[in-house]
Amino acid sequence: MSKSINELQDEVIEEFALFDDWMEKYEYIIDLGKDLPLIEEAKKTEDRLIHGCQSRVWVEAEVLDDRMCFTADSEAIITKGIISLLIRVLSNQTPENIVKSELYFIGEIGLQEHLSPTRANGLVGMINRLKSEALKQLAK
Amino acid sequence: MLYLCTMVPFDVLRVRQDFPILQETVHGKPLIYFDNGASSQKPQQVIDRINHYYAKEHSNVHRGVHHLSAKATEVYEAARKTVADFVGATHEEIVFTKGTTDAINTIAFSFGETLKPGDEILITGMEHHSNIVPWQMLCERKRCNLKVLPVLENGTLDLSEIDRFLTEKTKLFSFVHVSNTLGTVNPAKELISKAHAMGAKVLLDAAQSIQHMPINVQELDCDFLAFSGHKVFAPTGIGVLYGKKDLMESLPPYQGGGDMIEYVTFEKTTYNSMPLKFEAGTPNISGVIALGEALNYLNSLDLQGAFQHEEALGKYLRSHMREIPKVRFIGEAPETCSTLSFLVDDLHPFDLGTLLDQQGVAVRTGHHCTQPLMQQFNIPGTVRASLAFYNTHEEIDRFITALNRSIQLLS
Repeated sequence: MSKSINELQDEVIEEFALFDDWMEKYEYIIDLGKDLPLIEEAKKTEDRLIHGCQSRVWVEAEVLDDRMCFTADSEAIITKGIISLLIRVLSNQTPENIVKSELYFIGEIGLQEHLSPTRANGLVGMINRLKSEALKQLAK
Repeated sequence: MLYLCTMVPFDVLRVRQDFPILQETVHGKPLIYFDNGASSQKPQQVIDRINHYYAKEHSNVHRGVHHLSAKATEVYEAARKTVADFVGATHEEIVFTKGTTDAINTIAFSFGETLKPGDEILITGMEHHSNIVPWQMLCERKRCNLKVLPVLENGTLDLSEIDRFLTEKTKLFSFVHVSNTLGTVNPAKELISKAHAMGAKVLLDAAQSIQHMPINVQELDCDFLAFSGHKVFAPTGIGVLYGKKDLMESLPPYQGGGDMIEYVTFEKTTYNSMPLKFEAGTPNISGVIALGEALNYLNSLDLQGAFQHEEALGKYLRSHMREIPKVRFIGEAPETCSTLSFLVDDLHPFDLGTLLDQQGVAVRTGHHCTQPLMQQFNIPGTVRASLAFYNTHEEIDRFITALNRSIQLLS
């Protein structure tokens, strides 16, 4: 049995609780960014681009055995790290669970300031995209 | 004037006490505010003035016979006089707008009405979107042509091309005095006189110069000048359009409404004279009064000393930035103000900006509303540090340390 979205969120929260200061936290996010499963170059197309980000972010969604599978890329490494966390929590989940998920881990790990709708890194845009891809699957 | 007698030499540590926000901390660290190009902070005197206006003086202006209306009108018009004096204009030549963008749009619409198909508007390759898009819209409306004077690799205008771009077809040359992205100070006086020689009018975008250097419209001889209050220590939502009186009187109004009329019938309306002709509707009264107060504040400082301090800061910043490996300046004009755009190796500006923010440093990252300029330099954006006279050498030292730390984390 694979882990639920909330189990994965709790895991992330636990990991971040180990960090004493912002530098350790961002070092970790940067490392995650470096390990992000990258979207193929050929798939960096306009329709996969998330608008409203200061750095360009592309997301690709696929369905494998009724579960969503996401890959992404961004020009900015911190943005990549943040989307990597989102993908870790939401990838391999059913579209239904993704749509109804509440992503409380973002606030818990102190990234809530990235959540403002006008914040230039477009975290809200990323979440909306992942959820809307899941919603598209549900509508099929 | 009395304050001249009591003026004390510029002392940055004393001046910083006037700006409450500079005592704030961000992420537990003392704020280093290097985003003055986007907006400057407000002295307590300006904040208090808004409060006082609403507590003691508020009513609508140019209207009632009652005491408060007269009081509001008096302080509103006194602010207009302060602004006029500050830029060397007369009070009838000062129109209050929402900001620089609104001022440029006012001219694009009003002056634009006098244009014929085939007429040309000249701008430069380093303009802010606010000095590009209104002209594109105008050119579409009136079937005119927009010409763009190129920018050289070092971030200066290609003046060798000026005679090719500035012709008898040019009706208006609208250009930025100081580039918000490159920090380049353009030779305004020279360009204005060249434009006049070709019979063109000139709009000078002073949004990034008014807070860094003395501006005198008579000396510059520009036909129009635009700037925003919030970049010169006043609130947001208030700006200034200066226009030569005779020229402004000859132009059609921009918006119709109250205050801008002389006499209205259903058949025909006659318009008010300058400046009210261009101020339709109830204006931003508190904004105007606070702008006047911000300029009063500047007038109370040893402004020359303040500008000298800022110039020294700009040089100090550039020289220390040069010591960091793989730093590339975007814009290396010989004449710059204390604004510096840069990139470090192939690091993304967003990453640097985010890590600087964690260390209490506020800089701007991105395209700075100059996307065509970014396209020319083939970069996604820059990190921009833009200083004001209340910044210190010590803040620059801390900024450099924070930047080095960010680079280390990202590399």
